[in-house]
Amino acid sequence: MKQSISFTLNGKSVTIEAHPMQPLLYALRDDADAVGTKYGCGEGECGACTVILNDELVMSCLVPAVQAEGARVETIEGLADANELHAVQQAFLESGGAQCGICTPGMIMAGVHHLRHPERAPGGVPEALEGNLCRCTGYTRIFTAMKRAKEILSANGTAP
Amino acid sequence: MSITTEKELKFVGKSVLRKEGIDKVTGRAQYIDDVKTPGALYGKTLRSKIACGRIKSISFGGNIPWNEFTIVDARDVPYNRVMLIESDQPVLCDGVVLHKEEPILLIAHEDAGLVEEALRAITVEYEKEPGVFEIGQGKVLKQYDIEEGDWQKEFANAEVVFEGEYRTGAQEHVYIETNGFIAQWDGDNITVHGSHQCPYYVHKALKYAFKLQDHQVNVVQMTTGGGFGGKEDFPSVVAIHAALLARKARRPVRLIYDRAEDMASSTKRHPSLSRVRTACTKDGVLRAIEFNFYIDGGAYVTLSPVVLSRGILHSFGPYKWPAAKLHAQCYFTNSPPYGAFRGFGAPQSIFAIEAHMTALADHLGMDPAELRRKNFIHRGDAMPTGQIVEETPNMEALMDRALELSDYKRKRGAWKRGSGKGIGLSTFMHGTGFTGSGEVYLASRVGIATTRNGGAEVRVSSTEIGQGTETVFAQIAAEALGIDVAKVSFRRPETKVVPNSGPTVASRTCSIVGRLVQRAAEKMKQRLAGADIGHHYAEHGEAYEEVEYVPRPGLVWDDNTYKGSAYGAFSWSVNVVEVDVDPVTAMPKVHTLTSTVDIGTIINPVLAYGQVEGGIAQAIGWSTCENVVLKEGLMENHHLTNYVIPTAADAAKIVVEFMPNPYSEGAFGAKGVGELPMDGPGPAIVSAINDAINARFTHIPLMPEEMLK
Ligand code: FES
Ligand code: FES
Repeated sequence: MKQSISFTLNGKSVTIEAHPMQPLLYALRDDADAVGTKYGCGEGECGACTVILNDELVMSCLVPAVQAEGARVETIEGLADANELHAVQQAFLESGGAQCGICTPGMIMAGVHHLRHPERAPGGVPEALEGNLCRCTGYTRIFTAMKRAKEILSANGTAP
Repeated sequence: MSITTEKELKFVGKSVLRKEGIDKVTGRAQYIDDVKTPGALYGKTLRSKIACGRIKSISFGGNIPWNEFTIVDARDVPYNRVMLIESDQPVLCDGVVLHKEEPILLIAHEDAGLVEEALRAITVEYEKEPGVFEIGQGKVLKQYDIEEGDWQKEFANAEVVFEGEYRTGAQEHVYIETNGFIAQWDGDNITVHGSHQCPYYVHKALKYAFKLQDHQVNVVQMTTGGGFGGKEDFPSVVAIHAALLARKARRPVRLIYDRAEDMASSTKRHPSLSRVRTACTKDGVLRAIEFNFYIDGGAYVTLSPVVLSRGILHSFGPYKWPAAKLHAQCYFTNSPPYGAFRGFGAPQSIFAIEAHMTALADHLGMDPAELRRKNFIHRGDAMPTGQIVEETPNMEALMDRALELSDYKRKRGAWKRGSGKGIGLSTFMHGTGFTGSGEVYLASRVGIATTRNGGAEVRVSSTEIGQGTETVFAQIAAEALGIDVAKVSFRRPETKVVPNSGPTVASRTCSIVGRLVQRAAEKMKQRLAGADIGHHYAEHGEAYEEVEYVPRPGLVWDDNTYKGSAYGAFSWSVNVVEVDVDPVTAMPKVHTLTSTVDIGTIINPVLAYGQVEGGIAQAIGWSTCENVVLKEGLMENHHLTNYVIPTAADAAKIVVEFMPNPYSEGAFGAKGVGELPMDGPGPAIVSAINDAINARFTHIPLMPEEMLK
């Protein structure tokens, strides 16, 4: 049975009709029209579906939609404002952190979350991004992008 | 058309930002699964659970409203063959099953959940037959033989004869976006949108399966989330299936695979077995090579003949051999067909020759770097194919620099064999573009059109799949036209609109197709004769120019003798790998991989580094953790939970340095880049691990469990 689930998606309130146990990934993609978050495996292994839920990094393919009730959900669509990319997006663009781009939305969300809460990954960027597979880059340019993102943020004096 | 020096160039050689990059970092890029299709049905594929036999019956059980379903079987296919090199592979099984996961039936319904349920309610009864699963047991699918010089005499008189056997495993591509197509008919015309590398391969396959004319088929590429060869031939099958369902349902159909189905049913890298025998002098001067190369082709021909060909044509490495006997065989088995994967047979044979060279050096008591240095091929030397090397390979310089960057000499001296730290190297090359006469047959065409805003649009069927096609072509066109790179756009590949610039494979896009982009732009520039494009467009409307591939004079290849110039150019590289092996867990860790690389002119440094680093990471995975467990030919571990690819936490430090040696026939001097980095890490890693734990392994993947034994 479908039910109404209300939450904040990138700062806007949304109400969707979805099966409560349906993974949040599909609720976002099919019901909230937010297809920036990607499917890669549906088993919590690839991180393509990574979003931020109440300040926690989650794999949306493993989270039942009902858990979003009343929550703040952030996805790739919410990062840039009309004229400006988020520092992490800008850094991925400049440094070659995105190739085919399919891992990128999830990877960038994990990157943003890490810059907000570096203490949660004592091993630094490699540890923070461990749950996000990228088959194209070998991660080298993603690491460069994360360094660059920090530079952009400190140059602009903005928070991630 | 001479190569201008880099100093005069405005866009070539610059890290111009990826054209479609903003769409990718904002999540706006549209992949196939992001496309909305109101009224579409969801398709699913029923697949064989046995590897070999006959279908006795199919029954539709359960509490399923079958009358609401669209169901397609072999009888619904106008011509039940997937057209590629051969046409032996059926679109859907017609009674006979030759591999597990072979498609038998297609079903579709507007309720995606119900389709899954319905699939489980179908029962197939089989009459099983014994299958063939080992290289060398079944029928030969393809064979090549190449001989040069008096190899028998060389072996008979040799001071040292050394031989070894080398194996490489299958590998799954794990593009993070799974395969998928959406098909829609309009009367007798079919349009498919999907994730793929080669729009015209899909076009041809649809045309044959539905007995249509060229103009009745339109294949559109969506943003594609990785390919690596895995979306070269396999998407043709997916597209035909989607189109069959859509035709019968008279509705659009989405056929998008989940990860498990994709990994189980799609192509993999061909497993290989190589037996290498070499003759040399006591001080390590190579005299002759005998290379026997065997690969598993799977149940149908697909691309195996060309994979086998590229494999054997890279088996002799960047060395001079006075005599050679090269023998290659591909076998049919009851595995799902093996297919294209970055490197296309070359990583397999290069693994063997490079592992062999290191083993030979040990046998002779020489440093592996010095044995190689003694035998490098030079300009003017002949390869075993008879091809005279016309460029300057400069392997010595590439090796010296790699040894210096990695501090090889000191480390090799300081790290005793068996100390848990090891260092290994490999030296290798990769041919740019299609083998032999392949580029001539392709006869690729590239178009360029003027645009209203005073710019130009590149029209090609070469696809962007992560490597940066749109960006490098814009740079090349802008440079040749003399306009700003921001004014060059890239037309989304769609067979109705773009000319056939050939498939996006074989490290040919930047170098060979890029050269055609350059020529088309030069032709356009001539036509414009200095006129401002905006004005020209306002006055005359769109101007369009097209050019076709012309082979370089003197580039001759004989398909019968398998002799001649196999490739117009080679890219060259040296890898040095440093590993640590944890004494308790036996986990090897590739901590640094240094690579010096000659891919000719670098069109876009950030993109070129990305190609090399990404290829190296895939090769590290293939060598150390990506273990395809085959059971009756099927990849049993077809989930990301049990097939492990490298993560950010195990990423090696990758040091890349380009040492460009421009190729006169490549775009602004560019040579192939995509596949080369896949070739070298495997043998260098195994050498380093052997060094670290004093072992003699000769295969990949080399799993930690094996090292504990
Ligand atoms: S789709 Fe969620 S982790 Fe892969
Ligand atoms: S950019 Fe392709 S998977 Fe990461």
